[in-house]
Amino acid sequence: MKPPILEARELSVGYGAVRALERVSIDLHAGSVTCVMGENGAGKSTLIRVLSGVIQPTAGQLLLDGGAVRFADPRAARKAGVVTVYQDLALVPLLSVWRNFVLGAEPLRGRWLQRLDVAAARAAAEAQLAHFEIRVDVNRPVARLSGGERQAVAIARAVHTGARVLILDEPTAALAVAQADRVLTTIAAVRDRGVAVLLVTHNPQHAVRAADRLVVLKHGRLAAEMGAASIGINELTELMSQ
Amino acid sequence: MAFAEAVGPRRFLTELPALGGALIIWSLFAILAGPAFMGAQGAAAYLNAAAPLGIIAVVVSLLMIGGEFDLSVGSTIGLCGMALMLLVGQAGWPFWAALPVIFALAGAVGFINGWLVVKTGLPSFLVTLAMLFVGRGLTIAGTRRLAGRTQLGGLGVRDGSLAHTLFGSDLPGGLHVTTAWWIGLVIIAGWCLQRSRFGNWVFAVGGHADAARNAGVPVARVKITLFMATAMAAALVALLQAVRYDGADALRGEAMEFRAIVAVVIGGTLLTGGYGTVLGAALGALIFGMVQQGIVLTGTDADWFQVLLGVLLLVAVLANHSLRKRLLGTA
Repeated sequence: MKPPILEARELSVGYGAVRALERVSIDLHAGSVTCVMGENGAGKSTLIRVLSGVIQPTAGQLLLDGGAVRFADPRAARKAGVVTVYQDLALVPLLSVWRNFVLGAEPLRGRWLQRLDVAAARAAAEAQLAHFEIRVDVNRPVARLSGGERQAVAIARAVHTGARVLILDEPTAALAVAQADRVLTTIAAVRDRGVAVLLVTHNPQHAVRAADRLVVLKHGRLAAEMGAASIGINELTELMSQ
Repeated sequence: MAFAEAVGPRRFLTELPALGGALIIWSLFAILAGPAFMGAQGAAAYLNAAAPLGIIAVVVSLLMIGGEFDLSVGSTIGLCGMALMLLVGQAGWPFWAALPVIFALAGAVGFINGWLVVKTGLPSFLVTLAMLFVGRGLTIAGTRRLAGRTQLGGLGVRDGSLAHTLFGSDLPGGLHVTTAWWIGLVIIAGWCLQRSRFGNWVFAVGGHADAARNAGVPVARVKITLFMATAMAAALVALLQAVRYDGADALRGEAMEFRAIVAVVIGGTLLTGGYGTVLGAALGALIFGMVQQGIVLTGTDADWFQVLLGVLLLVAVLANHSLRKRLLGTA
């Protein structure tokens, strides 16, 4: 078996006397969705923040393609292909879909006068969205999309900017059933492209549906880890509430 | 523009509500003031009146789309004008040597504005309000100390010289050369906003700074650049006026900061940032000029100018407010 793209080995994070994360290990494989579950304060956010370079672990190690790595900041993580999509920080509402899509990595043309290659930007947005079967008008402002469309566009955008590891922070929270469904479909399509996905969610139904592997955190520790096929929704709900 | 691209056929009116406003104002004064307003002479009068404001408004619109205000822009006009007069008129510098100095001075003012806003996270409204007082006070106190008065004449740029042709001459039809600078800036700023990477960053920074930062946009750099551009536009206006009137006044540019904001808002830019057009801001300045000149030509007391302007601003703010709700889908 190939080594995981991103591997966390015995990560610990302590804020003073509080242990936010205690020797947590996790493997993120290409073409696989790993779901992290847990109550508020279980350490989910801390884990994301370490993996995306926002904070540094107090102990433990990160390995990228089998080699030790340290993400000094989110930019370094992004450069290594580890992209995090936060629920409300992903897109600019008043900006059109295509402008959002290329933001920070705009295609340029022209030699002496570098200008935005609008046609290429639109085409890139359209192609990527079509690939994931997200049917939105790229000229619309993001604010006019539904919540599910917005998350789907943010995910497609992350893949477009070169994500090999995609970290999704509660992408289905506050979404209606049909909307959440559309986001889960997009996540499956991203996985099928060979991206390693880490999905953080509260919702056991979404977890069982989307995940290949399930990880349950409790009080900063790894409470359980299992293949998604081996567990039902009821068991998982039980496990989380223990 | 984001929203306009979505609506297609209704593009022009949605994108440029100020165009409708300008036509209405023009028609109003065409009826009330008659040929004196409608003819070429009338046009030259309101274009000349609008041009200096237009230069400022065009750049301020970028700043406001980027989510910031600059209340110090009027005092920077006074500061740069006096700096030019002191250097050339008093210290005897050659005109062309003083030119880069006043633009560097403006750049420094803009940099300080932007740096303070970015570093402190305070509202730019307050930071630049402080800068307005500091700048104006320094200009008055400084020139009084150095030259003994607050109005200086005798720049000595001769008719027919290159400097006079570029900054102080008249175009055919009685238009000041200032109007050509205005139009040029509309084209450059409009292009930058719509067709450059920087423009995309301006929209993003004003629309949602955290999301922009998250996408790798250098938010601080974009904002500081915008503040510097605004201050340099003020330097350009100071230069154009100093050459045209062969002198400067420490009080020049008073209330320009508010007029620019009014023009930009009438032009359809949201006060909350993230949305707007350069052409709209230019039309806002044009409306300003038409009202200013039109009222004089109707023979009405010019005091009514402010009343009409206030009403226009209120209408524009209300229209923008409903536009924003429509854009965000909360209408």
